[in-house]
Amino acid sequence: MMLPWKMSAQEPGPEHSPHAPVSIHDVTVAYHQKPVLWDVDLDLPESKLVGVIGPNGAGKSTLIKAILELVPRASGEVKFYGGSLRRHRALVGYVPQRESVDWDFPVSALDVVTMGLYRRIGWFRHIRHRHLREAMNALARVGMDSYARRQISQLSGGQQQRIFLARALAQDARIYFMDEPFAGVDVTTEQIIINLLRELRDAGCTVVVVHHDLQTVPEYFDHVIMLNTRVVAAGPTSDVFTRENLLKTYGGRLTLLEEAAQAVAMTAKH
Amino acid sequence: MQCCRALPPLFLITGSRDSGPMLLGAVIAGVLTAGLTQGLSHAGKIEESTSMGVVFTTLFAIGLLLIVRAADRVDLDPSCVLYGALELTPLDTMAVSGLHLPRAFVVNAAVLGVNGLIVWLLFKELTIGAFDPMLATTQGFRPRLLHQLLMALVALTAVACFETVGSILVVAMLIVPAATARLMTNRLPTMIWLSLGVAVIGTFLGHIGALTIPPLFGFADTTTSGMMAVAGGFLFFIALLFSPQQGLLIRAYRQNALRLRIRTEDALATLYRREEEDYPALELPPTRQLRHLRRRGLAVEERGRWQLSERGKAEAEAVVRSHRLWESYLVDHANMPLDHAHQSSERLEHVTTPSLREGLDEVLAKPERDPHGHSIPRGEG
Repeated sequence: MMLPWKMSAQEPGPEHSPHAPVSIHDVTVAYHQKPVLWDVDLDLPESKLVGVIGPNGAGKSTLIKAILELVPRASGEVKFYGGSLRRHRALVGYVPQRESVDWDFPVSALDVVTMGLYRRIGWFRHIRHRHLREAMNALARVGMDSYARRQISQLSGGQQQRIFLARALAQDARIYFMDEPFAGVDVTTEQIIINLLRELRDAGCTVVVVHHDLQTVPEYFDHVIMLNTRVVAAGPTSDVFTRENLLKTYGGRLTLLEEAAQAVAMTAKH
Repeated sequence: MQCCRALPPLFLITGSRDSGPMLLGAVIAGVLTAGLTQGLSHAGKIEESTSMGVVFTTLFAIGLLLIVRAADRVDLDPSCVLYGALELTPLDTMAVSGLHLPRAFVVNAAVLGVNGLIVWLLFKELTIGAFDPMLATTQGFRPRLLHQLLMALVALTAVACFETVGSILVVAMLIVPAATARLMTNRLPTMIWLSLGVAVIGTFLGHIGALTIPPLFGFADTTTSGMMAVAGGFLFFIALLFSPQQGLLIRAYRQNALRLRIRTEDALATLYRREEEDYPALELPPTRQLRHLRRRGLAVEERGRWQLSERGKAEAEAVVRSHRLWESYLVDHANMPLDHAHQSSERLEHVTTPSLREGLDEVLAKPERDPHGHSIPRGEG
């Protein structure tokens, strides 16, 4: 199907490195015909902490979901170390938004962390003691081992977020995608999380984090992607996290594009 | 009994009275229902419950139409649909390796076996698919496929039981044991075993109840499956009352304990304030609260004069200290008018822990007097 917004003339994307951890080429995602991500072209760098910032509705979560094939892409492709996601699932860890699951579900903190090991355990196989030990180690790394047997609804928001992080650690991945891990957490949790993210980076992992708090961006991230439907800027934080780029991302500059997107959605309806 | 077997479970007429083809047809209808529900909800971007309402009622209507069209060919009995024919199952037997077993027993045991095997094999896959479908997807599990498999199993189970026990008991048994078990535990595996236990106990109670309860009131015995559903509801009610975490009784008990503590603390604080003013001439009428204090050894009475005991004084000090610290804090740090601060402090004093109290003390730089000018009792220890 020929999508209307694909008719715009396109410059060829920048050169892609075949060995980048994640190489995103020409990705467009649309909900109800309205583009949420428009022609995104990016390489994510090796062993860096990467922040994804942008206003509400800019497509930050959608970018992560499109990379992980959790939402259908209207166009484009994503390569992991030059290969497909299907081949490299073991390399990918994911922390969804905390609100995306039902915290009244009858499972304990340890059960949730063990879920990070399910792919390695494999279809039809049962959970063994060594898996539970591994999950306990991951819980200890986020300081939650004494809460292992708690039902998850009995934990505070910050503790729930740490459980999610422990689950990602249990996945033992190379590239992590985290959707707002700092949202609504207490100071202790924020400190524990950022320290762990740094540990992961120093161990050679690429960590991509959707982030809201602009003040902490220079302190937390080596690399930043500024997003508002399109990529406004991407690169080392010291180079691209500038007032001018922030204005472009959050200010009025992009409203024309938004209007265009709206117009496309309207014509598609009629 | 043929009536029930010929009745198309889940809205499909296969035109055959043989149970094999009919079971197959019904399972297909069940899976179709589940698939349509999911598909409609996905394509139309509507809530799954909404799409369920649309699909179920539409298919039910179609089923009714088919039944009416076929009514002259098939003998139908509405009560069979509701209650099944549980009492007649022993009459319809089949030979399994030389044993004559009720056909319903064989069919349902087979279905139980299939369900048990699949849950045993796919327990972790089904769990992650239900709890966090997105993580499941990124790990290469297929939550939608798993969901459809689960729906197919539900359809198969419903169809297998339907003709024996009728629609009321099928619906009751799908929901009530699981809901009862959820009240009793926070772990999924435990919940599954408990729900099986609840179901077994419910059927026994229902069977016995159907035979014994109606005669007590001068009626003939009643349908077993209807009584089993009632027994299930009874067990759920028991769990609702006695559940260790969310039970009504434990909640009422906790609430009552809290109310009692607040009353006691208020009485202590009142005595403390009176003693501050005109110690020791405290002639007070022996109210319920005061008598309660005396019973717990927090206050002593001598010829109508009341006084805090050593222990009572220590506890009262803590309450009054919390109250006055909060008043100071609210006035100095939250810009609250004094009269408002008093009301808030009245509530806060009952929930203030020692560490919170010392935190307040720290922030306020260890004040001696509250905004009213009353002295703040010294910290404990």
